[in-house]
Amino acid sequence: MNLNQLTIKQAQEKLAKKEISSVDLVSACISRIKETDDKLHNFLATDFDNALKQAKESDKKIAKGGKIGKLEGIPCGIKDLILTKGITTTAASHMLKNYVPLFDATVITKLKNEGAIILGKHNCDAWGHGSSTENSDFGHSHNPWDITRVPGGSSGGGTSSVASDQVLFALGTDTGGSIRQPSSLCGTYGLKQTYGRVSRYGGISMGSSLDCIGPITKTTEDAAIILNILAGQDAKDGTTPDVKVPDYTKNINDGIKGLKIAIPKQAFAGGLDPDVKNSINVAIKDLEKLGAIAEEVSLEYLDSALACYYIVMPSEVSSNLGRYDGIRYGHNSKDAKDLMEIYIKSRAEGFGAEAKRRIMIGTYTLSAGYYDAYYKKAMQVRTLIKQEFENILNKFDLILMPTSPTPAFKIGEKTSDPLTMYLEDIYTVPVSLAGLPAMSIPAGFVNNLPVGMQLIGKQFDEETIFKTAHAYEQATGWGEVKPKI
Amino acid sequence: MKLSKKEVQDIAKLARIELSDQEIDQYAEQLSDVFEFFEKLQKVNTDNVEITSQVTGLENVYREDNLDQCDIQKELINQSAETEDGQIKTKNVF
Repeated sequence: MNLNQLTIKQAQEKLAKKEISSVDLVSACISRIKETDDKLHNFLATDFDNALKQAKESDKKIAKGGKIGKLEGIPCGIKDLILTKGITTTAASHMLKNYVPLFDATVITKLKNEGAIILGKHNCDAWGHGSSTENSDFGHSHNPWDITRVPGGSSGGGTSSVASDQVLFALGTDTGGSIRQPSSLCGTYGLKQTYGRVSRYGGISMGSSLDCIGPITKTTEDAAIILNILAGQDAKDGTTPDVKVPDYTKNINDGIKGLKIAIPKQAFAGGLDPDVKNSINVAIKDLEKLGAIAEEVSLEYLDSALACYYIVMPSEVSSNLGRYDGIRYGHNSKDAKDLMEIYIKSRAEGFGAEAKRRIMIGTYTLSAGYYDAYYKKAMQVRTLIKQEFENILNKFDLILMPTSPTPAFKIGEKTSDPLTMYLEDIYTVPVSLAGLPAMSIPAGFVNNLPVGMQLIGKQFDEETIFKTAHAYEQATGWGEVKPKI
Repeated sequence: MKLSKKEVQDIAKLARIELSDQEIDQYAEQLSDVFEFFEKLQKVNTDNVEITSQVTGLENVYREDNLDQCDIQKELINQSAETEDGQIKTKNVF
């Protein structure tokens, strides 16, 4: 086994016992990136020299004994939508092509405080807008299981990178499924915790009432280890409530005997790929063998959630992307003759097609005369969706759905019609609208492509998701199968 | 719902984005499809339903308005394309 294939947990143990050094571990990841990233295009920027310098520091600290960080010497990659001081952060958009942040996002500060080492910035759909990375202004990433296919998105560079063992873990962002859907398509563990559980400070805003920053890992336990570090109230993000942070690894081995799982029947109809459906049904049987009690329920509003999301999100996008004026930072048009032209030309040149589309949708839904019919209506439907989830979760411990209606699709297959691409998010956006925690976990393969299963919990009850995912992972071992790249 | 070219131009103007003729045609078609898709929400009965804008129930989160040291003024200004005497330079408003 090569060192870059280790999980966080394994690396922690080997580093602590001095069986391996951080320099060896970081070097193994760098070699892997150099060897595979021509084919995968997961990185928009790398910081190898600094990473090796830090690895040496970590090794010194470990050699000395005494207190070390929980992630001391462990290499990772960060989605390029999260600010990293001194390392270019582009949001995968021409608008921020040369933007070097002056401060770290709170999640980055927390990772650094625990000794984690950043190898570089992961490709994604520009501004997080997409489900395939094909909306990246710098070219798409590839799926390590089949490089003619997309890795999913928007955090597809991160999931492809973790699946192909370029890094031990990654941070992604998830507004309507951007950690979970690419995790499903790449066979990684992807967590979108409860809205507000992790600070969004320093994450480039997309839909502020929905945005989450979360981990992409090789195991359930690794996701719990990372959430332990990221979770908690942050004075710099007013939406992080004062809710106690448990030790998410503590009850992970408790098993799931008697656990009640709701299966929404609407999620298994319509556009769901029959092979994916079959895989998920087998997974439900596996969970029952482990002692869970699965029962069919009705989720009436599933069908309305996508339309609701594609009003709420672009409305917030149009507002958040309003800050890119071509003046203070970001792309500045050289052809502008007056102030208005700076705005309209800088934005025309800096934003790609999908960002423009979403800005215009949101501008329209928020404009006078249409606000009630679209935005207000969507926020009311959001209430109904949230209530329906809560009613189910009053009677059940978890809800289980597919993560994505299809396995990884071909590059270029869905780019001509935006609506077809939006349908990729059908199972993930309802959960985001309700602010619930959810995790995509590997649940088998269809034609050698990974299939993800989505476990959805009560607000602030990530622990039940972790212990269920862990029990299933131990029993099936799907996550251990690796792509050949 | 079908968006006209004129409506697309109006939206683009509000959004401060210059569009080419080709983009206007393309967006008229694509945005019409998206807005047609939104029609499905009109079938949902939302009489007397409150709106949700914050999912975990937080309201009015305040902090103390304390002064803090911030020594990156120069670096912040330098993030802009054009500067003069420590200030951001831009084109004429009129």
